[in-house]
Amino acid sequence: MKMKLATWATAAMMAASPVMADLVFPSLSYRTGPYAAGGIPFADGYADYFTMLNERDGGIGGVKVAVPECETGYNTEKGVECYESTKGAGALVYQPLSTGITYQLIPKATADDIPIHSMGYGRTSAANGAVFSHVFNYPANYWNGASGAINYLMSQGDIAGKKIALVYHNSAYGKEPIRTLETLAEKHGFELMLLAVDHPGQEQKSQWLQIRRERPDNVIMYGWGVMNQVAIQEAANIRFPMENFIGIWWSGSENDVLPAGDAANGYKALTFHGVGDDFPVFDDIKTHVVDKGLAAGSGDQIGTVLYNRGLYAAMLAAEAAKTAQGIHGTADITAAMMRDGMEALEMSEEKMAELGLPGFGPAFNVSCENHGGPGLVGMTQWDASAKEWTLISDFSPSDMEVIQPLIDEDSAAYAAETGITPACN
Amino acid sequence: MLYREAGDFSTTYPQDSQTFPIRFDRYRYYFVLAVAVLVLPFVMTDYLVNSIFLPFLIYAIAAIGLNILTGYCGQVSLGTGGFMAVGAYACYKLMTAFPDVNIFFHVILAGGITALVGTAFGLPSLRIKGFYLAVATLAAQFFLVWLFNKVSWFYNYSASGQINAPERSVFGIEVTGPNTEAWATYLFCLVFTVGAALIARNLTRGSVGRKWMAIRDMDIAAEIIGVNPLKAKLTAFAVSSFFVGISGALFFAVYLGAVEVGEVFGIQKSFLVLFMIIIGGLGSIFGAFAGAAFLVVLPVLLKVVGVDIFGFPTDIVAHFQLVIVGGLIIMFLILEPHGLAQLWRVAKEKLRLWPFPH
Repeated sequence: MKMKLATWATAAMMAASPVMADLVFPSLSYRTGPYAAGGIPFADGYADYFTMLNERDGGIGGVKVAVPECETGYNTEKGVECYESTKGAGALVYQPLSTGITYQLIPKATADDIPIHSMGYGRTSAANGAVFSHVFNYPANYWNGASGAINYLMSQGDIAGKKIALVYHNSAYGKEPIRTLETLAEKHGFELMLLAVDHPGQEQKSQWLQIRRERPDNVIMYGWGVMNQVAIQEAANIRFPMENFIGIWWSGSENDVLPAGDAANGYKALTFHGVGDDFPVFDDIKTHVVDKGLAAGSGDQIGTVLYNRGLYAAMLAAEAAKTAQGIHGTADITAAMMRDGMEALEMSEEKMAELGLPGFGPAFNVSCENHGGPGLVGMTQWDASAKEWTLISDFSPSDMEVIQPLIDEDSAAYAAETGITPACN
Repeated sequence: MLYREAGDFSTTYPQDSQTFPIRFDRYRYYFVLAVAVLVLPFVMTDYLVNSIFLPFLIYAIAAIGLNILTGYCGQVSLGTGGFMAVGAYACYKLMTAFPDVNIFFHVILAGGITALVGTAFGLPSLRIKGFYLAVATLAAQFFLVWLFNKVSWFYNYSASGQINAPERSVFGIEVTGPNTEAWATYLFCLVFTVGAALIARNLTRGSVGRKWMAIRDMDIAAEIIGVNPLKAKLTAFAVSSFFVGISGALFFAVYLGAVEVGEVFGIQKSFLVLFMIIIGGLGSIFGAFAGAAFLVVLPVLLKVVGVDIFGFPTDIVAHFQLVIVGGLIIMFLILEPHGLAQLWRVAKEKLRLWPFPH
């Protein structure tokens, strides 16, 4: 009888899913759960950019874009369900938006010949396209972030002999930068202190007590969701100087700093794209999306850090789709063609200016050897009185001398584990 | 007419004591099994298998395991997630350490390792009961998750602490890894689920199960009539953990393929399996299946109805799902505390008397 129930469920699903001839960019979003505050703006930005393309240009290369949304709640099992239910609709690229789901999908999507774009998250060593043929993590990854933070600190003064604490989400995501930071600590002679925070991160009293006792010179944070707000509040409680506190790009949105109020003033966060809504593309979004009442969600996230990141992801996906259309000479591309487009993607300053996003992100080229982009990282700082983030440094390169061997080592381990022969054709 | 014993005579003792003594029931059981083995593999798709059947089969094993401990032996456990993690990590270590051994044996061995761990954590049950035991198993849950996060030997020193299932095959057909066929993974899990259900059913009908139930109903009285509580409780922990370990191994190796312990085997998993046996029915093998089916299929069904048919926003549907599942749990606890299995039992009784109830 349980079989019957299941059969009915599928029958209903098959009857319900519409036939789609569009370019499908599924959005595995999470608008619920402990990480919703970060998931909502990203999903809104991702959807709004494609809506704008549909309204303004009639899609990409004349083909309309569809963005079916599937709620994962940041949960791996729901992520699997979402992947299976959307891939039949002709999904071109997945943005899993969770390190756990990315790990899950790397082998599956590769077998199904569908590319994954894990922008600024996921498995860092996927930057080696010879091993990870279908996974892209341009323009920057976690190890670039870790190195970028250290480079920034070095530009502020000598860090030899200093003590730097890493407060991290105790998961695959948070553990990513540890090796890089350990190597960098050896290279530059600073002392690294590791403090794990367990999911979801509402309880951090003991970690910050330890910081108060050990007095590190700087704190780097790899946090997500509610963990960020709590950490910034705790830092304020122990009067840790905010300008010495640096978050990765997932710990640097308005949601993270607003709850602490003025106390969060001066908090810094890394970024790999521009901040604010002072770009021409936002005028188009206003005319073609917001004013027509087509904005995703409640439409109140436009211009926030994570909205911009969703928009940036959508823009890169759309550009890769255009590239793929150019390579294969057809407007109706498949996922395999999309992969070729992503691997041949070229983002130049002129192209971004043309798209209404001048200087929004770094210029870069993707190749089979390098799926990770240039790894240029900038620093932003929060101004609590103006309630806005400002970019306080240029997008500068990270220490690839340290990162590249780590990428090679980890991707080689993956290749050996799964029996892949690294190859670029 | 449908379900009755009239004209169904047993001439031997084994006939009388079989699992399904009524002919109609027995044929229904054979029919379900035949459909599961002979029909479903041919209609299996990636979506069906990954969204419904694999989670259903694997959760059913976990629910059978927990049901033996909680439903039959009366020992409350909140450590299911942790024990599933033991199964998953044991399977991973075995798969990577002995790549030439068949995955089938790895899964069984993973169950065996979990049985040992479960027995160790079951020792306190000899001294403490009820809520206090629940807290002790809760400690096991947190300890095990912490252990697999902390000690990098368990995840082969990978940078991220994730474990990934390498490709393994049975009779030359891949059952783990990305290149599997839907029907192969389905049949592989089905074998374990049917095996687990058969073993559990026969254990609980025999002397071992009777001892468990005696301990559950009143441990002092059971001890007086000669049941050894040490043996009864520890066997319950061992058998239960064995099944839970198998389900954890399958969950990691066949279903998810990559696992991060805190996210997949957290306390939510323990509660989910506990809800399954409460909704399905404590002390019933059918209940374990019914509960697993209910909690696996319902969210998918709600999503299909809400998002795909009515086109509601995804977040509204996700929130409604919490409300509906929560409401149903409360409703079950009030209206039918013995779960879906009791509804099935009542239906059968009614059928036997129909059309002439007293």
